[in-house]
Amino acid sequence: MPNKKKSLGAIVKNGLLTENPTFRLVLGTCPTLAVTTSAMNGLGMGAAATFVLVFSNLVISLLRNFIPDTVRIPSFIVVISTFVTIVEMIMKAYLPALNEARGMFIPLIVVNCIILARAEAFASKNGPIASIADGLGMGIGFTCALVLIGCIRELIGNGTIFGAQVMTAGYESMLLIIMPAGGFLVFGTVLGIFNAITAHTVKKKEGSAA
Amino acid sequence: MNLHLSSAPHAHSRESTTVLMLNVIIALIPCVAAGVWYFGYSALITVAVSTASAVLAEFIWQKCARQKVRIGDLSAVVTGIIMGLNLPPQAPWWMAMVGSAFAIIIVKCMFGGIGDNFMNPALLARGVLLASWPVRMTAWQAVTGWNSAVDAVAGATPLVNPSVYTRLDLFLGNVPGTIGEVCKVAILVGFAYLLITKTISWRIPVAMVATTFVFSWIFGKDPVTSILSGGLLFGAVYMATDYVTCPMTARGQIVFAVGAGLLVAVIRNFGNYPEGVTYAILLMNIATPLIDRFVKQPVYGHEKGVRKQNA
Repeated sequence: MPNKKKSLGAIVKNGLLTENPTFRLVLGTCPTLAVTTSAMNGLGMGAAATFVLVFSNLVISLLRNFIPDTVRIPSFIVVISTFVTIVEMIMKAYLPALNEARGMFIPLIVVNCIILARAEAFASKNGPIASIADGLGMGIGFTCALVLIGCIRELIGNGTIFGAQVMTAGYESMLLIIMPAGGFLVFGTVLGIFNAITAHTVKKKEGSAA
Repeated sequence: MNLHLSSAPHAHSRESTTVLMLNVIIALIPCVAAGVWYFGYSALITVAVSTASAVLAEFIWQKCARQKVRIGDLSAVVTGIIMGLNLPPQAPWWMAMVGSAFAIIIVKCMFGGIGDNFMNPALLARGVLLASWPVRMTAWQAVTGWNSAVDAVAGATPLVNPSVYTRLDLFLGNVPGTIGEVCKVAILVGFAYLLITKTISWRIPVAMVATTFVFSWIFGKDPVTSILSGGLLFGAVYMATDYVTCPMTARGQIVFAVGAGLLVAVIRNFGNYPEGVTYAILLMNIATPLIDRFVKQPVYGHEKGVRKQNA
């Protein structure tokens, strides 16, 4: 198990940059495209997913030696949906306004591929502490990506960031960027830039090593 | 010694991208002139801004991506001019810039540059502008003449109420519309020039317009008014014939053109939008790889049925 040797910081960093779920693993693209019409929506979705990710990773890691291999996927889903239900109930109780507006996306976290992928690829093979670190890194990486895309789309499509007016009054917002097509455009462009930067740094590292 | 190896064909032609693009630019001059004649200097400024920003966008992209700067092949100039002609005459300068930058950077360069874009850059940029600023893109200005005292008079597109304009007005261009599409005479002059210089073949424009003619008739519209109004002629001559985004074979081009013509008639008569040329050509652009796959040029020496026997 090569992951065991990694320090916790390295595991968190792995989720943030090296294996950023949105830009490197390209997982969970449905919520990435659907909820990023504003920065706030992205943050909310990211926070909810991070919560589920950390706790499902923890529980699955603790149960990893008891879950039979043949039924592991349904077992993971049961654990994940438990935490999604908790998030949904908390939102309904304490943030009814937010729930009214974005509630429909919360149950979809169950089928978010990032969470199942981390359960399968990491939590079922590693200890609880490392699994929490992985969930945290991946969750924060996912949140950062959503907020970044949300900021860009909100800025171009509405002239605001987190609801605060940024563009001058004469700015006529570009509606397309808020529409679904704009989600694909911004996601693709940011993904491309992220890959270009990564390729550049990898080349530099190889160059200095040689 | 440096041996140059390449696959067939080995025959050389003096034709280059630059010469072809120059021909298209010359063919676009009547449209620009007619637009300026009908809508005044502001039309010229719009076209100039869009052309300049298209070239600048390509230059900046190729510098940033460390590619060879190829603005000399004039393809960005053509995209820029067509983009400008696709805008309503009173379009603000920033809309022309956004349109051109989108056409060049996102539609063309990000998909690999000249020859690799899967949709017509200027047309997709027009679609983007139409979705982003629908009010500005459809606020038509009535013709004022190039030195009129009035700056602009707003009016509806002829497609909403075609009976207001006579066929002669539609033909000469004395109607509201985008800068390039109004004057059918100028478009036909450009078409004739493109045919004489063999820059494009007659197939796509003729088949596309004929299909729209027939189907507008079937759908109970006046077919002559239908083909003279809106951007049908402009789109059929200058945008549907883009080498990169239309099928390679003659039969494939006919399929492409008939599909586009049919879509124009369907969108105009049954869709939510009064005009459908943009979407019709874009949809057929997407279908082009499929058409190329199914409509193949018979290979020389190929006998019908031989493959079936072998298989």
